[in-house]
Amino acid sequence: MSTISREEVARLAGLARIDLTEAELTRLAGELDVIVDSVAKVSEVATADVPATSHPMPLTNVFRDDVPQEPLPVDAVLAGAPAAEDGRFLVPQILEED
Amino acid sequence: MSTTTDLVDYDEAVSRFDPVIGIEVHVELGTRTKMFDGAPTEFGADPNTQVTPVSLGLPGALPVVNRTAVESAIKIGLALNCEIAELCRFARKNYFYPDIPKNFQTSQYDEPIAHDGWIDVELEDGTVVRVEIERAHMEEDAGKNTHVGGATGRIHGAEYSLVDYNRAGIPLVEIVTRPITGVGDRAPEVARAYVQTLRDIFRALAVSEARMERGNVRADVNVSLRASADAPLGTRTETKNVNRFRSVERAVRYEISRQAAVLAGGGSVVQETRHWHEDTGITTPGRVKSDAEDYRYFPEPDLVPVAPSREWVEQIRASLPEMPVARRRRLQGEWGYADAEMRDVVNAGALDLIEATVAAGASPAAARKWWMGQLARTANESGVALEELAITPGQVAELQGLVDSGRLNDKLARQVLAGVLAGEGSPGQVAHDRGLEVVSDDGALLAAVDEALAAQPDIADKIRGGNLGPVGAIIGAVMKATRGQADAARVRELVLERVTQG
Repeated sequence: MSTISREEVARLAGLARIDLTEAELTRLAGELDVIVDSVAKVSEVATADVPATSHPMPLTNVFRDDVPQEPLPVDAVLAGAPAAEDGRFLVPQILEED
Repeated sequence: MSTTTDLVDYDEAVSRFDPVIGIEVHVELGTRTKMFDGAPTEFGADPNTQVTPVSLGLPGALPVVNRTAVESAIKIGLALNCEIAELCRFARKNYFYPDIPKNFQTSQYDEPIAHDGWIDVELEDGTVVRVEIERAHMEEDAGKNTHVGGATGRIHGAEYSLVDYNRAGIPLVEIVTRPITGVGDRAPEVARAYVQTLRDIFRALAVSEARMERGNVRADVNVSLRASADAPLGTRTETKNVNRFRSVERAVRYEISRQAAVLAGGGSVVQETRHWHEDTGITTPGRVKSDAEDYRYFPEPDLVPVAPSREWVEQIRASLPEMPVARRRRLQGEWGYADAEMRDVVNAGALDLIEATVAAGASPAAARKWWMGQLARTANESGVALEELAITPGQVAELQGLVDSGRLNDKLARQVLAGVLAGEGSPGQVAHDRGLEVVSDDGALLAAVDEALAAQPDIADKIRGGNLGPVGAIIGAVMKATRGQADAARVRELVLERVTQG
């Protein structure tokens, strides 16, 4: 029984901006199916009183004090920018300004 | 706009439909560093100079939560009568946009730090509306885009955007109301008063400077219409980033008129985000909610849960300052202002100024007279806020002190005030430099009185004959002769003295 369709993989790929070929969509749909089925087996054992695990370590409240650190020099900030202008990253036009 | 939008007259719209609103307010916290790392948050710094690997989402950069930001979020939650979560997580909200370099915003999803609260909002006429708060959660701000049009910029003819990441990662708290129903035609007013109330609370809590013009407080307003108060909720639109109080009111009003026209014409409202245009006072469609809005939230693996101990929460609760509404009630009682007077003071933004003026020694009545009178007029004429005038509450109190001690009369005090506003110095200095002081030398005054009586012998006779009506004419002449620098009451005494002697 397949639970992950090719269309769903295509939609996820679109959301994640990953360009997949037709062959890859088919292969990944199958592979993701195996993964989802495997996870579903765990769900069978985990009853409603077992909370979902988001963090493997039982830690909470890891905070830092509100003390400024030295920022990066602007040259270093822009070193990874494909293009820059006036100290800012130059990117393709953004349609919706805010 | 190539096509004009149909609008129904507002009064007609609210008579035919029942408006429901919901408001999301984002407040930038005034912490010294960002939400998840130590990058500074100074306003107005050069682009990309307040940036660290975490702000840029560089590979391997790991976030650590700012304790002060969490404390501020708890303060806001408590001030809004919310429950504070015993445990909550951060989540990744995934989307691609150049202002969010990690390709996700670290936010909270189904576990906000604060939830289920309420706040009472007072309208200008004193009506109180209770707004229910669904949640308040912590997240980070995005960078700032500047669009460069085709005609300007380095790449001739190209349209592109420039991004400054100084703002990326600044802590935000987003506060979401439940649908606000039953306010009818006052919906726009309620929306505005709500945002204003929150701004006042942020300032009172000192969690943010909450300056609207800097975008510290931003509102998204949801509006929907339904046939009647019993009908199910209609389809809503969300107008994004409305950053002025007046605009919040105008945007709600506009959407009510626009949606009423759509519905009255037999159409249906499209669920979409809309943009507010400050210059024209209209909204235009943005994105239609679709796939692009699938944020694929999941728990942020790089941050452990926040579990504020009950002791910490109670400690914060005990340290909360007096809330603005309670403070207004207390001050009104102390000052003895009438309801209408108090409202005018609050609406004029004069509350803090008057409080400081009273603290500096002026009577509440005198403090109100100055701030709501000549100073309000001056501010109005020059289009600035009262607090931006070049005068301090201490100087206003000093000026009133000069009046109380008889060194200045009202007329002279107004001139001195103008001098202070013009930057000529303190009231004492201005009075001295401009030679503005009540003439208290009886000799000089008597000479002026005698002269005035001699100049108008018929009036002098009338007064002598017991008719005190025309005394004003003599006083006026004396005031004129002394260029207004006489104490009118003293002049009157002297006139009567002189006449009876004669």
